[in-house]
Amino acid sequence: MSWLDYFRANRKPEPPATASAAKERLQIVLAHERIGRTREDFLPKLQMELVAVVARYVAIDPGKVNINLDRGGDMSTLAIEIELPGPPSVRGPRAATG
Amino acid sequence: MAQVIVVTSGKGGVGKTTTSAAIATGLAQRGKKTVVIDFDVGLRNLDLIMGVERRVVFDIVNVIQGEARLNQALIRDKRVDTLSILPASQTRDKDALTREGVATIIDQLKEDHDFILCDSPAGIEKGALLALYFADQAIVVTNPEVSSVRDSDRILGVLQSKSKRAEEKRDKVKEHLLVTRYDPNRVERGEMLKLEDIREILAIPLLGVIPENESVLRASNTGTPVIMDQESAAGQAYKDAVSRFLGEDVPHRFLEPDKKPGLFKRLFGGRAA
Ligand SMILES: Nc1ncnc2c1ncn2[C@@H]1O[C@H](COP(=O)(O)OP(=O)(O)OP(=O)(O)O)[C@@H](O)[C@H]1O
Ligand SMILES: [Mg+2]
Repeated sequence: MSWLDYFRANRKPEPPATASAAKERLQIVLAHERIGRTREDFLPKLQMELVAVVARYVAIDPGKVNINLDRGGDMSTLAIEIELPGPPSVRGPRAATG
Repeated sequence: MAQVIVVTSGKGGVGKTTTSAAIATGLAQRGKKTVVIDFDVGLRNLDLIMGVERRVVFDIVNVIQGEARLNQALIRDKRVDTLSILPASQTRDKDALTREGVATIIDQLKEDHDFILCDSPAGIEKGALLALYFADQAIVVTNPEVSSVRDSDRILGVLQSKSKRAEEKRDKVKEHLLVTRYDPNRVERGEMLKLEDIREILAIPLLGVIPENESVLRASNTGTPVIMDQESAAGQAYKDAVSRFLGEDVPHRFLEPDKKPGLFKRLFGGRAA
């Protein structure tokens, strides 16, 4: 190992500039939290009502409802996944989802 | 008319007690009759930072429960004669502080003080709510770090909805941003949120920027508020902040890395530090 190698090996790699990621994430989360302060969070109610509507048509297992929210800067997405029971003959592990 | 100032942050460990001790001492040094109250019941620490821990006899809970008079519980600072400290209780729990009790104490203190500083505990629970309830002004202590900035935003929301001024629909609590533990070297490397970013996000007037500085630990070791160390960057930065608080126009310092200016800077000039 030459002298130069010694210095190269000890030089730390440039750390990525993470501060801009911090700023962007803060701006998005705070934009949402500031709204939440003046309006109550409607998501739990929305979820209950949606599931109730679906339950009027099919028998669903309340434990098999998945709600995912992604808060973005320009747009947020709310994904609700309700697992519906399959036809009686194939009930069980192969139950369809949708 | 006496002003009640809360030093608050939401997040813990960002420098509220360090700041309360420094600003209270600074205001008193400027001749203002100042009292600083520790609201961190159960986790009293202001007494240590102020160096009066051996002189505590009674505390705020004793006063509220009628076991001591306010004058007996107040500790006169030996360095600055316009300064006194009202310690928190170490043994009682937070429920020992009542809003009525605190109201009586603050009303009494208002009679013969210019400034009443309230060192808030962390969080947004009862103790923190009580510390900010009577505030006319708030110093929001923020570190250049995501969770601290978020919690500061949260506490600003609380100030605007849960303070006495908000409840009574009077003029809102006057807000001041104090960024502490700022490390210009890490900012320059892009590792730490820039001052401008924090200002843009929180959008409240800037009182000061206190650099990350070894002098703060030294000051706490000896129980001397860091503002008394005027050799140190943090001490000077706190002194500037006190001047701004009193309405003076003082430029911000310690915002640039303390290394020798590079060729580019020497040729084209950097921003004044
Ligand atoms: N400018 C600074 N430079 C270096 N260290 C600092 C600075 N400000 C505060 N500290 C250190 O940070 C730690 C926390 O400070 P402090 O006790 O003032 O925070 P706090 O907000 O009152 O905490 P808590 O929420 O627990 O009451 C202490 O060890 C203190 O010495
Ligand atoms: Mg503290």
